[in-house]
Amino acid sequence: MKIMISFAKDFVSYALKGGGKYYAWLLFLSFFILVGAYTSFRQFSEGLITIGATDQVSWELYISNFIFTAHIAAAAVLVVIPAYIYKRKDMKDLAVLGEIIALSFVTIGIIFVTYHVGRPDRMWHMFPGIGIFNLPNSMLAFDVVVLNVYLIVNAIAVFYLLFKKYIGQPMNKKFYTPLIYLAVGWGPLIHICTAFVLSSNPRVHSWASAVLPFAFLSMAGASGPALIIIIFLLIRKYTKLQIDDAVIDLFSQIIAWSLGILLLVLSAEYFTELYSSTEHAASLKLNMFGHHGLNTYVPWFWITMVLIIGSFVMLLIPKIRKSYNSFLPAVCAVVFLTVLLEKPVILVFPAFSPTPLGEYAIYYPTLIEYFNMLFVWALGFLGLTLLMKGAIGILTGEVRHSDAAAVKGGVK
Amino acid sequence: MSEERIDIKKERDDGDNTRRDFLKNMGIAAVAGAAALSAVPADAEAKVELAEHLQGHFELMTDGQKKECIERLEKRYTEEFGKKTTVSNAPPVKGVLFGYALSISKCIGCRRCVKACVQENNQSRHDPEIEWIRVLKMEKGNLAFSADKLDKGYPETSALGNHGVQVGGNAYNAVGVSGETEHYYEPDKVPEKDAFYFPVQCQQCEKPACVKACPTQATYRDPNGIVVIDYNWCIGCRMCLLACPYWARRFNWAQPNLPAEDMNPKTHYLGNRPRMNGVMEKCTFCLQRVRDGRYPACVEACPVGARKFGNLLDPESEVRKILATKQVLRFKEEYNTYPKFFYYID
Ligand code: SF4
Ligand code: SF4
Repeated sequence: MKIMISFAKDFVSYALKGGGKYYAWLLFLSFFILVGAYTSFRQFSEGLITIGATDQVSWELYISNFIFTAHIAAAAVLVVIPAYIYKRKDMKDLAVLGEIIALSFVTIGIIFVTYHVGRPDRMWHMFPGIGIFNLPNSMLAFDVVVLNVYLIVNAIAVFYLLFKKYIGQPMNKKFYTPLIYLAVGWGPLIHICTAFVLSSNPRVHSWASAVLPFAFLSMAGASGPALIIIIFLLIRKYTKLQIDDAVIDLFSQIIAWSLGILLLVLSAEYFTELYSSTEHAASLKLNMFGHHGLNTYVPWFWITMVLIIGSFVMLLIPKIRKSYNSFLPAVCAVVFLTVLLEKPVILVFPAFSPTPLGEYAIYYPTLIEYFNMLFVWALGFLGLTLLMKGAIGILTGEVRHSDAAAVKGGVK
Repeated sequence: MSEERIDIKKERDDGDNTRRDFLKNMGIAAVAGAAALSAVPADAEAKVELAEHLQGHFELMTDGQKKECIERLEKRYTEEFGKKTTVSNAPPVKGVLFGYALSISKCIGCRRCVKACVQENNQSRHDPEIEWIRVLKMEKGNLAFSADKLDKGYPETSALGNHGVQVGGNAYNAVGVSGETEHYYEPDKVPEKDAFYFPVQCQQCEKPACVKACPTQATYRDPNGIVVIDYNWCIGCRMCLLACPYWARRFNWAQPNLPAEDMNPKTHYLGNRPRMNGVMEKCTFCLQRVRDGRYPACVEACPVGARKFGNLLDPESEVRKILATKQVLRFKEEYNTYPKFFYYID
């Protein structure tokens, strides 16, 4: 017990230490948390009328962001797989960082869902045991299960790996190996399940598509490693933790090929829709060309497409993939933001038009909605930063139990 | 120009109003705060609130719990709206499957059904305005093909000749626009000359997509075949809204605005009792009426008798006779939800 407390204390105090830039970053995040606290209060007291959603377009920025966070969370397994399944030595230590990313982003996603529902105070209605769980009918119920299991598995794994390292004990293989395998298997599952929440609605034509899970997985393969590369490059620069070039190279290749697969998936989908051009293609056509002057989404569609193709081409060039301090992080940032942008402007908002009764409606997020979104992101990044920082302390050995040697072999 | 000015003025007034409301609310909050410090009644109120938060799914409550819950509601609504309000818990009728038939040749698009529905079912009147029935207006087709385009089309020339077999010709000249509908029309007189009308509301599907999608079973099908919502159990996730191919569900984006003088005090727990912020609602075939052996409000309100209602299990009922003798169709059959709402032509 005592060890636990000192673990928590050492972890937190290390996480809070840092240079000027580090504090500036934390302060920057706190600003959004402060403003967001007020806007969140507005939404929770006045209701969802404060955001841009309507009966016509009933999913807002929150859900589009939630889908994106699932991408990142699932992609974390791409760090774990090489480390534990292909047994790459240079990545063994990094696996825990991947798990931390998964942990933080599932949490962000769950918070986003809380902002989405009309009665968050009644969320317990869908907890098994005290509430009613509509299984196996409701896809949302499945999604809740897979997300929470992923959250718990990752939380345990992160804690276990860090704690063992902290007290300087070897890990119990029998315990963590199945845990890691479970986490790896579960990553894609949260994705597939989220895709099914969408594609189980036949009335939203552009989601009732069998390629949706593949589009999601390939976007996860692009945006997740993009964030991972950026984080790893930062870690390499500002901390003592060593990360080999080979690791970065692996991820930039994963991004390139994920984007390639994504392009294939998208072209298959667009061909299917556009060649026959039935009613099924209506929202895609609205997205691509507008409809009777409603062309708010049109530029976004083409910008996103250009950015996806552009970053794919860029990453095919070895020189760019190797420019760790200039082009590569820039391209990664573009990939990350493009996939984030794609969610509302291609996947979610246009899909709602035409409505089942033939209405076309354009979505305009409100200021409160934007700030709440930034609030959740800031909260998430704050958690991510602190966890990462503490973990790095442990991985580099700067944070250790004071008499690690003494307890060796003692506590299990 | 002058109209514009009026609008602007109205908006200013609204602004003033909100400010005033805000001040008023602040006042109320202050009073409430003071009350909480001293008085007992506030305590009782808090208990009621808590009881409501902790209450389970209506179908799973014991009879005692149901009674308690209904008494609580009656008391609150009576106080809130200043009129004696009853919340019924009348059970489903035995041996009945409710069905609806609507004559699309008779409907004149007057939307009296919409009005009657709003009044009967205590919908929010503004911000947001909630209506359960939509009357779609469609243009009658103008079937004018042009002869000089007979040979047009591309590829313009091919080994097969020049007949525009792929596309072109009259293919891109819209002939009638019956595919496009409109439900925000405001004519001086109905029916309009070149229009026909198509009312849509919850179709009380036998295989309801909304029930399947609901993660908490807050929405379910009652033994009479009506799909209902336990407003106190709904978490507001809007999966049902997304699943419904008839766009029949409405969401309370804010605290509903139901003026006390417009409130219909004869309510049912699963039907027209006042709803709260953040939950789903929809047509229930006027559950509070039909479980009592009366017609839904829209049936009574229709001036041309386009709406018929009855028991699908009774071969002698009016709906069954219509199904047997008229040309009947179900809307959006391809979704396989098997509506119990039938459209017919006579
Ligand atoms: S019409 Fe829509 S809301 Fe009504 S039962 Fe069918 S799916 Fe549910
Ligand atoms: S909004 Fe309410 S009724 Fe609809 S699916 Fe969610 S919990 Fe069920």
